[in-house]
Amino acid sequence: MSALLSISQLSVAYGGIQAVRDLSLEVAPGEMVCLIGANGAGKTTTLKAISGLIAPQAGSVHFDGQALTRLPAHEVARRGLTLVPEGRGVFPRMSVVENLMMGAYTRRDRATIARDLDQVYALLPRLTERRAQLAGLLSGGEQQMLALGRAMMARPRLLLLDEPSMGLAPLMVQAVFDIIRQIAAGDVAVLLVEQNAHLALKTCARGYVLENGVVTLSGMSADLSANPAVRQAYLGE
Amino acid sequence: MSSVLKSRWFTFGLLALGLALLPFLVDAGLGRSWVRLLDLALLYVMLALGLNIVVGYAGLLDLGYVAFYALGAYVYAWLASPHFGLHLPFWAILPLGAALAGLFGVLLGAPTLRLRGDYLAIVTLGFGEIIRIFMNNLNAPVNLTNGPQGINLIDPVRLGSFSLSQPHELFGYTFTGVHLTYYLFLLLTLAVIFISMRLEDSRIGRAWVAIREDETAAAATGINTRNLKLLAFAMGATFGGLAGGLFASFQGFISPESFNLMESIMILCMIVLGGMGHIPGVIFGALLLTLLPEALRYTGDWQRNLFGQIYVDPADLRMLLFGMALVAVMLYRPAGMFPSTRRRREFADAKG
Repeated sequence: MSALLSISQLSVAYGGIQAVRDLSLEVAPGEMVCLIGANGAGKTTTLKAISGLIAPQAGSVHFDGQALTRLPAHEVARRGLTLVPEGRGVFPRMSVVENLMMGAYTRRDRATIARDLDQVYALLPRLTERRAQLAGLLSGGEQQMLALGRAMMARPRLLLLDEPSMGLAPLMVQAVFDIIRQIAAGDVAVLLVEQNAHLALKTCARGYVLENGVVTLSGMSADLSANPAVRQAYLGE
Repeated sequence: MSSVLKSRWFTFGLLALGLALLPFLVDAGLGRSWVRLLDLALLYVMLALGLNIVVGYAGLLDLGYVAFYALGAYVYAWLASPHFGLHLPFWAILPLGAALAGLFGVLLGAPTLRLRGDYLAIVTLGFGEIIRIFMNNLNAPVNLTNGPQGINLIDPVRLGSFSLSQPHELFGYTFTGVHLTYYLFLLLTLAVIFISMRLEDSRIGRAWVAIREDETAAAATGINTRNLKLLAFAMGATFGGLAGGLFASFQGFISPESFNLMESIMILCMIVLGGMGHIPGVIFGALLLTLLPEALRYTGDWQRNLFGQIYVDPADLRMLLFGMALVAVMLYRPAGMFPSTRRRREFADAKG
């Protein structure tokens, strides 16, 4: 088994409400995988359970062969899985550069941190001009880029992206997804959660379809895009 | 030595001289009671800086902060008064009271870790009241606190035969108790300021700010939010406990009445008014809110001088003017009198 992330039979409940049931999913090193589904299907819940923000009811999460199940969020983050939370989650009253440096919070290697910071600026030229500005005053797209940049400062092996296109203008969505593709090209695996199924399937090689907390379909993106049920429910045909 | 460094040392020396002479100037200019107020103001600077760690840095709205002040005061009273017949030295009790308050900070923090904003404020407010009500009622079956009568005859700070409650002759000058207390409090206040400054500019300080800004994102960057929130509660409570012990030794008498909700709110006001999360602002706020209400006691004299008679009872006018001053500051300087650059920019940018 060479999967970087492997989830098996994951179930999450809020009180009595079952949000995710028996979810199994795998991401290989460097692979881009998407998890698509409608509002309330359990996509964000899945990411929160993987990253340790909520405790799953049952099932297991393994990362690089190690069990992550029931580890607190900061421990998960320290193992190389970085979550970019829904709604961007930048630190609004910190400057751009302070936000980026928070991404490297767990690292002590100053020289490489400085080099990574330069790389992030190279990847996100729009932020370079605004490095002293407060993050809360950036546009929505810039905040999303900053959240991606902050995640990269942790040197992750797997990025968990929660709805990066949410609330962004179409042009901005393109720009953000270009950056995600560039990040993935640098050998970082990506698990992308999206409501925008068209965009997600176009960006990722493989995908899973989540309906009411259960994975109903999975496979190569090309096959999913051709599937009549997916076309009807998610691609608006 | 560069000229910048030289001028910095000069400013530092001038400040040190000013602080050293301050009680004598105040004594000569305003009277002995104002030196006493100066001592009290320093206590409040310590308290406000302690609460600033919890509220200003970590963003945890704590409305029961006075409970830790009370704990420090009662620990001191228990171990250095005729109440239990114990008279331990202050250098043993002060750290003990501070540590116990710190422990209670963690005990309060632990169940509230999942609460944010208003909900946290309500629970901490409850905690503050619980401690006060305990102190008010723990005179039976075993008389721990002497109830509403409070504990009297608490030992002053004393080292060997050198007591801070008696005047001493030094270098031909007479140092009274309030003068000596000023120097002790000043020393401890400077220590608290120093610790606050180091914390602000540390990994811990940055993690606190991140938690304040977005807790989920903070956890996602690998910050142990649970431990750091508990640390903020513990650090804040420790400073509160220290100030409490000093208060007990200074007053010689404590009762639950000194530790009511209004006190918590006043300390919070000092922070908000001065500039949340900014050390000079918090110090200014604490000094202002301790000294202003006292200065406003003199409105009767001012009226007599201006109009020849008293129109409004100074006791009424005092709180009215004080309240108006608070409202005015919040209207015209919403980020506080001396906000941190971060908050100043936030308010300025939001307008533009």
